[in-house]
Amino acid sequence: MTAYIVRRLFATLPVMAVVAVFVFFLLRLAPGDPAAIIAGDDATAESIAAVRAKLGLDRPIVEQFVVWLWGLLKGDMGVSIFSDLPVRRLIAQRMEPTIALTLSTLFVAVGLAIPIGVVAAWKARKLVDRLVMAFAVLGFAMPVFVLAYVLIYFFAVQWQLLPVQGYRPIAEGLWPFVESLILPSVALGVTYMALIARITRASMLEVLQQDYIRTANAKGLATDRVLLLHALKNAAVPIVTVIGIGIALLISGVVITETVFNIPGLGRLTVDAVLKRDYPIVQGLILVFAAAKVLVNLLIDISYAFLDPRIRY
Amino acid sequence: MMIRLLAGLVALVLPLSAMAQEKVLRAVLHADVRVIDPIWTTQTIANIHGALIYDTLFGNDPDQKPYPQMVGKYEISADRLTYTFTLRDGLKFHDGSPVTTKDVIASLKRWGAKDGVGQRLLGYVTKMEAVDDKTFTMVLREPYGMVLESLGKSGSSIAAIMREKEALTDPQQQVKESIGSGPFTFAKDQWVPGSKAVYLKNKDYVPRPGNEPATGFAGSKVPGVDRIELVWISDPQTAMSALINGEIDFYENPNIDFLPLLAKAKGVKLLKTGKIDSTQGMIRLNHLHPPFDNVKARQAMYYLINQEDFLRAIVGDPKYYRVCHALLTCGGPYENDGGSQWMKEYNPKKALQLLKEAGYKGEPITVLSATDHNTITPATQVLIQAMREAGINVDAQSMDWGSVVSRRAKKEPPAQGGWNIFVTTSGGVGSSNPVLHTWIGASCDKGLFGWPCDPEVEKLRNAFGMAANEDERKKIAKELQTRAMDDVVFLPFGQWDSPLAYRADKIDGVVANTGLVVLWGITKK
Repeated sequence: MTAYIVRRLFATLPVMAVVAVFVFFLLRLAPGDPAAIIAGDDATAESIAAVRAKLGLDRPIVEQFVVWLWGLLKGDMGVSIFSDLPVRRLIAQRMEPTIALTLSTLFVAVGLAIPIGVVAAWKARKLVDRLVMAFAVLGFAMPVFVLAYVLIYFFAVQWQLLPVQGYRPIAEGLWPFVESLILPSVALGVTYMALIARITRASMLEVLQQDYIRTANAKGLATDRVLLLHALKNAAVPIVTVIGIGIALLISGVVITETVFNIPGLGRLTVDAVLKRDYPIVQGLILVFAAAKVLVNLLIDISYAFLDPRIRY
Repeated sequence: MMIRLLAGLVALVLPLSAMAQEKVLRAVLHADVRVIDPIWTTQTIANIHGALIYDTLFGNDPDQKPYPQMVGKYEISADRLTYTFTLRDGLKFHDGSPVTTKDVIASLKRWGAKDGVGQRLLGYVTKMEAVDDKTFTMVLREPYGMVLESLGKSGSSIAAIMREKEALTDPQQQVKESIGSGPFTFAKDQWVPGSKAVYLKNKDYVPRPGNEPATGFAGSKVPGVDRIELVWISDPQTAMSALINGEIDFYENPNIDFLPLLAKAKGVKLLKTGKIDSTQGMIRLNHLHPPFDNVKARQAMYYLINQEDFLRAIVGDPKYYRVCHALLTCGGPYENDGGSQWMKEYNPKKALQLLKEAGYKGEPITVLSATDHNTITPATQVLIQAMREAGINVDAQSMDWGSVVSRRAKKEPPAQGGWNIFVTTSGGVGSSNPVLHTWIGASCDKGLFGWPCDPEVEKLRNAFGMAANEDERKKIAKELQTRAMDDVVFLPFGQWDSPLAYRADKIDGVVANTGLVVLWGITKK
């Protein structure tokens, strides 16, 4: 297993290299010029050209790439074109809110979706199952931002139970931290919950048809033991896979959720950097997201071995 | 165990209660602070940041009349060629060092190398010399009449006074430190670009004596709160909800669609911006390439502009817009009707006929169509519709505003990545004065995108700057506008206000904008 993990970690290096090359050149090919945005509306073409020259954006693309790559190899992601702050610092500033939002969303989604998926499978084609499926369809169909605005309107503006926006770090206290994450986690988690609930139901339905489940029932085991120990464990591989895929969905989901709830995380940093053509930030972020995705895939693969003893690496 | 838990709770609560006593103003402005150098960029937000931490020699009031700020006394020679300025006592930078004339002269030179108004002023300056640490002279080669107004300008690129160390930075590069002598200091360690910028009260700031009320950039700058947090909420609906919920105190530019909701919200008050702090809509034609290299083709475009169509699409509520057939801000001191006859008739057929007479044969006309701007996007759509109704072959190229900003700087023909038309806006304060209004200029290659080229327009702008009195200025402003309308430096499509919203139950001292939002005098109840 250790050799496998080490091999997989080394395999991430060429993946990251390909991502780095693609991101760099695609960004440069895209229309837009940060120098024009910096110089502002009242700037002349000459003034824009002068800013561009000072930022080194007038140099050949290959030269810019070599400079960036050389810095990257030394652990330097460069500095923001606009704020002149190191990209590493800007990304680090935004890590905590995004990680907190992702984990709280996972907590909400997985914590609720698996039980309701199991119950739906257990009560297949009964009212509970229909209700769960109706919720899953609705949750999947409803755009995150629509749900977010609805939640804000009722829970924050009308009933004033929770804040409209913002993120409070855990250092400011547990309740402010939790309070600031409730609405965003629910808004982001519903789609994800619907997805996991459907997969859990489908996977459980398949397992519940198996002979060993019939045997367990025939032996007179309690329903909860049959469902949780015999069925769910064997249905877990596809569920864990979809949770892994879902983390990638979450990365795109946080972009919208962070914008609507004004959470200063990586999603908002990405959107702002793309709109402003702040190339070093976008490049740094894509590398971080790619690394996160590779790492999550690795964790999912490793978890298979624990969930299914037949799988060996 | 219990004692440790209690100690932990006390430790957690103490700093929070200390923070609760601090008077904090939380404001959402139109953009986030990403650039800390108000000279390097002309972005309005960088100048709002600059106005908090830097001071200026003069400050203009809402009528654009200059009043001394850092200057204690000044003299103008009888021939209007020599200005002698003496700084007030007690001016200190945030690092504790005194403000000297060395800092001032270096700062003005940097500003004058970058900003259009500064360039014009310094074009007339033959020398700036320090008499001593507090007094300096500015000698002009001609009696330019806009010296004080230029030094006190608001809007883009204020004449911020920095330490000499920063002022010697190449103006094409951003300064590394934000150390000024203004009423607030910048807490750089708490700055999260794209999220929050924090300003702390400058306890050493010596405001102008007399406790003069803040009126635009004039008056005593008495810091009203201990801390200002410029929170960036990019989503307008979230920002509106946050204001209603009391999470923020001040919202600079609520979406016009949300104004009825905000007007009804408990504790929220709407304040119309200053009488000339409006927004002017402009359609810019590219004078370099056919068909708009021909003045007749440019004039034909006037027949496609029904300002009501544009303003209804952008603003909707007539309470917040006005039809304005002028290039200089309506409601401003130099408002006039010179050349406005061009805009009296909406007649697409005539537009096409005039275009054909100018040699237009149905070639595609490239319009840069921004898709993500709350005012420019609908205005561009109205223009494209009017052009199509007239039978003009429109090549509408959709892109985000960032791409428009980049593409409009290209001088190549439209088929090679250039353009024919783009739509933009200009602040009413800058547009109220022919010298400050850079878009009215026609200085060919040296001018703004579209590159209108008319020496007579430039001559009149210079003459305006030299005018000895207000009557003469008004006369020249009318001649200038007539000439610029004839040449079609741009087509105006109306003027609108964006009221600001704030929690009247929580804060006091909000004044109308004057090109830039004025935050330093706001107090917390």
